Amino acid sequence: MSISIEQRRQHRLMTIEKSLAKRHRKENAFRRMGLLAVVTGMTLVAILFVSILMRGVPAFWQATFYTDVYFDPEVIQLEPKPERERGESQFDFNERYSQWLTRAGLVNWQTLIDNALEEALGEEVEPRQLRDLRALVTSGERYALRDRFIEDPSLLGQTVELKMLASANVDVWLKGNISRDLPDARQQLSAQTRGWADQLEEQGVIRNAFSTSLFLNTDSRSSLASAGLAGAFMGSLFMMIVVIALSVPLGVSSAIYLEEFAPKNRLTDLIEININNLAAVPSIVFGLLGASIFIGYLRLPLSAPLVGGLVLTLMTLPTIIIATRASLRSIPPSIRQAALGIGASRVQTVFHHVLPLALPGILTGSILGVAQALGETAPLLLIGMNAFVANVPGTPLEQSTALPVQIYLWQGNELRNFFEARTSAAIIVLLGLMLSLNALAIWLRKKFETRW
Amino acid sequence: MNIPAQPMATSSVSVGSGESRVSKAKDKVKMNAQGVKVFYGDAQAINGIDLDIYENEVLAFIGPSGCGKSTFLRCLNRMNDTIDICRVEGKITLDDNDIYAADRDVVLLRAQVGIVFQKPNPFPKSIYENIAYGPRLHGLARRKAELDDIVESSLRRAGLWDEVKDRLDKPGTGLSGGQQQRLCIARTVAVSPDVILMDEPCSALDPIATAKVEQLIDELSESYTIVMVTHNMQQAARVADRTAFFHMGDLVEVDSTDQIFTNPQDQRTHDYITGRFG
Repeated sequence: MSISIEQRRQHRLMTIEKSLAKRHRKENAFRRMGLLAVVTGMTLVAILFVSILMRGVPAFWQATFYTDVYFDPEVIQLEPKPERERGESQFDFNERYSQWLTRAGLVNWQTLIDNALEEALGEEVEPRQLRDLRALVTSGERYALRDRFIEDPSLLGQTVELKMLASANVDVWLKGNISRDLPDARQQLSAQTRGWADQLEEQGVIRNAFSTSLFLNTDSRSSLASAGLAGAFMGSLFMMIVVIALSVPLGVSSAIYLEEFAPKNRLTDLIEININNLAAVPSIVFGLLGASIFIGYLRLPLSAPLVGGLVLTLMTLPTIIIATRASLRSIPPSIRQAALGIGASRVQTVFHHVLPLALPGILTGSILGVAQALGETAPLLLIGMNAFVANVPGTPLEQSTALPVQIYLWQGNELRNFFEARTSAAIIVLLGLMLSLNALAIWLRKKFETRW
Repeated sequence: MNIPAQPMATSSVSVGSGESRVSKAKDKVKMNAQGVKVFYGDAQAINGIDLDIYENEVLAFIGPSGCGKSTFLRCLNRMNDTIDICRVEGKITLDDNDIYAADRDVVLLRAQVGIVFQKPNPFPKSIYENIAYGPRLHGLARRKAELDDIVESSLRRAGLWDEVKDRLDKPGTGLSGGQQQRLCIARTVAVSPDVILMDEPCSALDPIATAKVEQLIDELSESYTIVMVTHNMQQAARVADRTAFFHMGDLVEVDSTDQIFTNPQDQRTHDYITGRFG
């Protein structure tokens, strides 16, 4: 009773003030923690991007020869390319043509390159040094010469300026990716070849040129310098088509059914729990499932993008279903009631009102799911997509590899100092694809977003 | 306990207007409920209600929160169907046809018995599309011109035409709260229902908007049967021909508005309208 009302008021205020200081401290600490987390995350992402760019970007330019190649008739001892004669059957012509092709293949095209290099170096190369000379240009170029000639036999006797890729080792040497101080025994190239490479670079015969082979060629084991991503890119593209064609319609329609039409009972609860569980299943398990069902049971071809797409569809479905359901659930029930109250059926309510409003969320979820599938590697290893494939697949049933798998294969290549950069270049391509998919998702969301 | 029999001094004028309306009300029964019980899962929300709704009358449901008045209202066009755990027993007829009959199409029912909700809920589309959606859905307009007519007349009936005629292509969600609610009423009117249910149509509106909606209800009652739930007893007194008092899932009393507010028969009604609880 001795404490006056005024004293109590003062006391109360002081208590609040004291607790206020504590609250502010907590809030500030929390805010700083959040900021720290964001800064850490951004820094790590920045480091990742910078390191990948620094390693990968140089790989888009490769040491390339610009030399005059003389299509020497003495080396190319071939009769003219056969033309179909009057009265000759298609079969006979094909026979004659394929014999000509065989003989063209037997021509020593390497000699043309050797001669061109001798010309550029301005010296006769002794036969025992041919090995060193041939280490300069990547081995695939002789087949490129052959194909060029078969395409256009009128080149015979002519001199043409050609671009030829230097071998991987020369690229490494000239880019300084191997120490010049290492003793001969530990160098990838002989002293002779290294000397020639330096000389030709000085002469401007070898220049650093943008590498189209990275995009136009498939993987290669014999001609490492021309190993490219074309096959993996097409494989990934086919897989994405399969994934989009299957997982988006399946996922979105099952989500619509579960969310809008299915009765809420034990069975649907069970289904919901299992969908959530499926989203957490490690992707390699889907690979095992795909291997046993699609390949083991359904006898679909090994290493085919179709199978890869099916496996990735299984993996993506839960993501799309969950995203779609969340998006549908976020539409206020008042819109559904409004439509029902006017006399729209449930299907009409969903398709006229709920779905258009949920579309941005559905699209974002689907595209992110597909982007995730695009970067998935583990399940593809189990269905044989890590095979070495030197062809660009023409259909989803042909053997192929995929971009992330190609990255995985390249990073394991023994020629580390060449493939490290090339792996990073492949990562840049994959990241570029991912970023464009995400940009598409953002653009679609903005486009379809309805203002309330 | 002895409270004057005239609990609401201000209501005398409006009740007077109510009296004149009572004479207008016809005796033809539009909707009829018999022994209606509603359960949410195991909980019983309504304990058996018998009620006649006459053609072209304005019937108000009043009662404390949770008394079942909204639940009962939503039974009248089967909006409760959308709630999985909700179960309705008993019989409700519209023009002597059972609306819960197995062969009854709920879409047709809702075209006949429209509903306006507590919170304005226009579609996030243009004003025109908001109104045109219902008629288009039911195929009420063959040509664009007919649809235009329906949109205009519906907006006129809702007293909104002059305010929005120049911006029919603007989103309905951009209107003020009161305008949105009148848009929702116009949307319901556009389907030409026989009965319009209103679930506390003014509870989210300011007094001026409320006055407009009340005036609208008055005008609409010329051609429609209107059943409304309200928390506001003055509102019931102002617009309703008859008033029904709900309490704890029971329909305690239904009579002419005048009668309910001046001479309630049940003690609970008396207590409620005099502000003893609720």
